[in-house]
Amino acid sequence: MRLNKVPVREQDPEVRKRNFSEVSFGYNMEEAMSEAERCLNCKKPKCVPACPVAIDIPGFIRELKDGNVGEAAKVIARSSCLPAVCGRVCPQEEQCEGSCIVGLRGEAVNIGKLERFVADWSRQNNIEFTEKQPANGMKVAVIGSGPAGLSCAGDLAKMGYDVTIFEALHEPGGVLVYGIPEFRLPKEAVVREEINLLKKLGVKLETNVIIGRTVTIEELFRDEDFKAVFVGSGAGLPKFMGIPGENSNGVMSANEYLTRANLMKAFRNDYDTPITMGRKVAVVGAGNVAMDAARTAVRLGAEAYIVYRRSEKEIPARIEEVHHAKEEGVIFNLLVNPVAILADEKGWVKGLRCVRMELGEPDESGRRRPVEMKGSEFDIECDSVIMSLGTSPNPLIASTTEGISTNRHGCILIDEASGESSREGIFAGGDAVTGSATVILAMSAGRKAAAGIDKYIKGKYMR
Amino acid sequence: MYLITKKEELTENIYWMDVCAPRVAKSAKPGQFLIVKAGEKGERIPLTICDYDKEQGTVSIVFQTLGDSTKKIAALNEGEYLHDFVGPLGNPSELVFEDPEELRKKKILFVAGGVGTAPVYPQIKFLHDLGVDVDVVLGTKSKTTLILEDKMKGACTNLYVCTDDGSYGFKGMVTDRVKALVENEGKTYDLCVAIGPMIMMKFVSKLTKELGIHTIVSLNPIMVDGTGMCGACRVTIDGKVKFACVDGPEFDGHLIDFDEAMRRQAMYKTVEGKKAILQENKEREHK
Ligand SMILES: Cc1cc2nc3c(=O)[nH]c(=O)nc-3n(C[C@H](O)[C@H](O)[C@H](O)COP(=O)(O)OP(=O)(O)OC[C@H]3O[C@@H](n4cnc5c(N)ncnc54)[C@H](O)[C@@H]3O)c2cc1C
Ligand SMILES: Cc1cc2nc3c(=O)[nH]c(=O)nc-3n(C[C@H](O)[C@H](O)[C@H](O)COP(=O)(O)OP(=O)(O)OC[C@H]3O[C@@H](n4cnc5c(N)ncnc54)[C@H](O)[C@@H]3O)c2cc1C
Ligand code: SF4
Ligand code: SF4
Ligand code: FES
Repeated sequence: MRLNKVPVREQDPEVRKRNFSEVSFGYNMEEAMSEAERCLNCKKPKCVPACPVAIDIPGFIRELKDGNVGEAAKVIARSSCLPAVCGRVCPQEEQCEGSCIVGLRGEAVNIGKLERFVADWSRQNNIEFTEKQPANGMKVAVIGSGPAGLSCAGDLAKMGYDVTIFEALHEPGGVLVYGIPEFRLPKEAVVREEINLLKKLGVKLETNVIIGRTVTIEELFRDEDFKAVFVGSGAGLPKFMGIPGENSNGVMSANEYLTRANLMKAFRNDYDTPITMGRKVAVVGAGNVAMDAARTAVRLGAEAYIVYRRSEKEIPARIEEVHHAKEEGVIFNLLVNPVAILADEKGWVKGLRCVRMELGEPDESGRRRPVEMKGSEFDIECDSVIMSLGTSPNPLIASTTEGISTNRHGCILIDEASGESSREGIFAGGDAVTGSATVILAMSAGRKAAAGIDKYIKGKYMR
Repeated sequence: MYLITKKEELTENIYWMDVCAPRVAKSAKPGQFLIVKAGEKGERIPLTICDYDKEQGTVSIVFQTLGDSTKKIAALNEGEYLHDFVGPLGNPSELVFEDPEELRKKKILFVAGGVGTAPVYPQIKFLHDLGVDVDVVLGTKSKTTLILEDKMKGACTNLYVCTDDGSYGFKGMVTDRVKALVENEGKTYDLCVAIGPMIMMKFVSKLTKELGIHTIVSLNPIMVDGTGMCGACRVTIDGKVKFACVDGPEFDGHLIDFDEAMRRQAMYKTVEGKKAILQENKEREHK
């Protein structure tokens, strides 16, 4: 058995630093077949339970070994409806690959890249394998077009429902279009295609509709004859630190920065939206979002710094992203916490005042709590600061709909089995329920709720 | 895509448009705004809802051409389409929720500056329809830049026009006129609503604080999404950070950090637009 995985071809760091094209080229057929050979086809595969949607991993890899890519795609489709996305952005090292038996002695099977290959190949070769049941005339509204909403809509459409997705922004896709950058997840080739598949299934899509403002859930039920609603509105509200100087010009949330860059394509000359192109950009935080912001800043010509109060070991971003960021020249300031933002006389950022931290006892999250080192203040020079401190759900839907209960973080409470909220006929899933999590979890929550909605409508209206 | 059913140039560089957007028209209330994007590659810009017709399904906007985005919207004609038109955003004006009986007991002063006249209009129309007494002080550069005079006249008790150059009405600034009304003409007001350029709202608020009149202003910071997702619109109210798009856009004028708001509004001005930066970046690469 080969201990090392088939290397994945990537753009050279020096080149990709200057463009927004996808960093990783992924496998071609030959490479994928060769990597597939490394899977031991375990009787009791450790990888499967480690995948949040339990894809039959050895099953699809077996088909791939035999050269049946289309069949492999069908195996994956039984559990996931966004494999081209998840193959790219899942934290595989913590999930499927993290548990792969081959990883004990060598490098784990590169399940993510194989999944991506299968998904890309079958899309490019127009493999169709969706079966649609006859229309049943029942209307379901899906709020939000992120992975949760898309997957819920897709499943319901296949079951014959008349599904309309309502999206607040002008472009569908949720975080997949406004958050995750082009260089990790191509919008035209991957996200747009996934959405086109839904349209082919007959899903209607209304952009520029903010539920709770443009129209309320009550009105959807009362005036438009929707029988059930799925809330997949995500966790889009940014947090700020509340430190002095935070409203200086040049301080923004990662959401703003990434939205300008991704959704509004501010990096392209032919789009109108402006973006501040700092020379030295400090990004506070070290999650996936922070890496995306720092790497976007590099591509816009800046020197980018990650400022994070814990150590390398606690970095929440995917290992691949941290590795890519380092290759691209992002500088990591670890065990450092900002205490103030310094501004010049015109109110523009000129630096970040920080203190050094050391790790103390573990906190509630099980990670060692960072403690400030007395007298360790120092300044980092920068002209932009991007706050990437996590996000929480938007309260708009819960506050404009009677009977939806939320927890103290604003997350919608649901019945785990059906996905139904405290209000009959309203289901929810994804980041709106869990707080910011992952694409694969949002997708599986959407599918679970689709099953819940099916059962609810059949029980109530179709007996 | 949203059909432009009517376009009118009110005065040089200020346009009125009716846009077909039935969902928005149905839900719109005075004080709320929209985000408009002219074409596929356009910028999302916020504009106040100036009127709406629930039957026709149309919403009216009034805007002044400043930079690229407003010029692109102005270049569109009747029968053409805006690419995106989303709303209503923000909270409706508080007046909308007040008991009409209580409102009729109040004396309300509106102060409008320049293109801010447009967002004032739906509010006074709303109050007028309820039979509430409203005075309006309207400030503009000169007679030629005055907009919506007739509409305003028909919807308020007294309209006081001021022009910077004295070519029409009172010569001077709105603050001078307000001061004169209260100090020399014996007017009393329970509430002042001021909408216009940030600098005008700042000075009106300063004056009404001295005069002891509770004041509401409608802030117009830079925005991206308008739904609370980006934080570009954050303003400091009474020492606390608020997002104007979801917590506002109307706030107590006496509690706003106007200097910060003005500085933040100019954020993309100092860099003279994106094109200039891109040019600069290009030159840097060639070095
Ligand atoms: C920058 C960034 C990088 C990330 N990287 C990764 C990664 O590498 N791997 C990974 O697994 N996960 C990653 N995540 C997390 C992942 O993207 C999310 O967990 C996932 O997208 C959640 O899906 P969702 O469908 O619940 O919500 P979202 O994707 O947030 O979609 C919600 C949608 O609902 C819309 N909406 C909200 N309110 C309303 C309303 N009132 N009316 C109508 N529409 C509304 C929003 O506009 C949005 O389009 C990342 C997140 C970010 C921000
Ligand atoms: C809630 C709200 C309601 C508004 N209502 C109206 C209205 O009814 N009519 C109207 O004419 N204008 C209104 N504005 C202002 C309008 O959005 C800006 O004039 C417009 O975005 C300028 O775009 P531009 O590309 O043409 O100009 P730019 O070249 O982008 O800028 C010209 C000037 O406008 C400022 N500006 C740029 N973007 C914004 C922005 N998103 N918000 C505020 N100021 C900005 C710049 O700092 C600069 O001083 C409103 C703004 C807000 C936030
Ligand atoms: S969906 Fe994610 S966790 Fe599951 S197999 Fe694919 S990459 Fe691994
Ligand atoms: S654990 Fe690894 S080797 Fe075993 S089936 Fe899964 S991928 Fe193949
Ligand atoms: S405009 Fe983005 S949060 Fe207000």
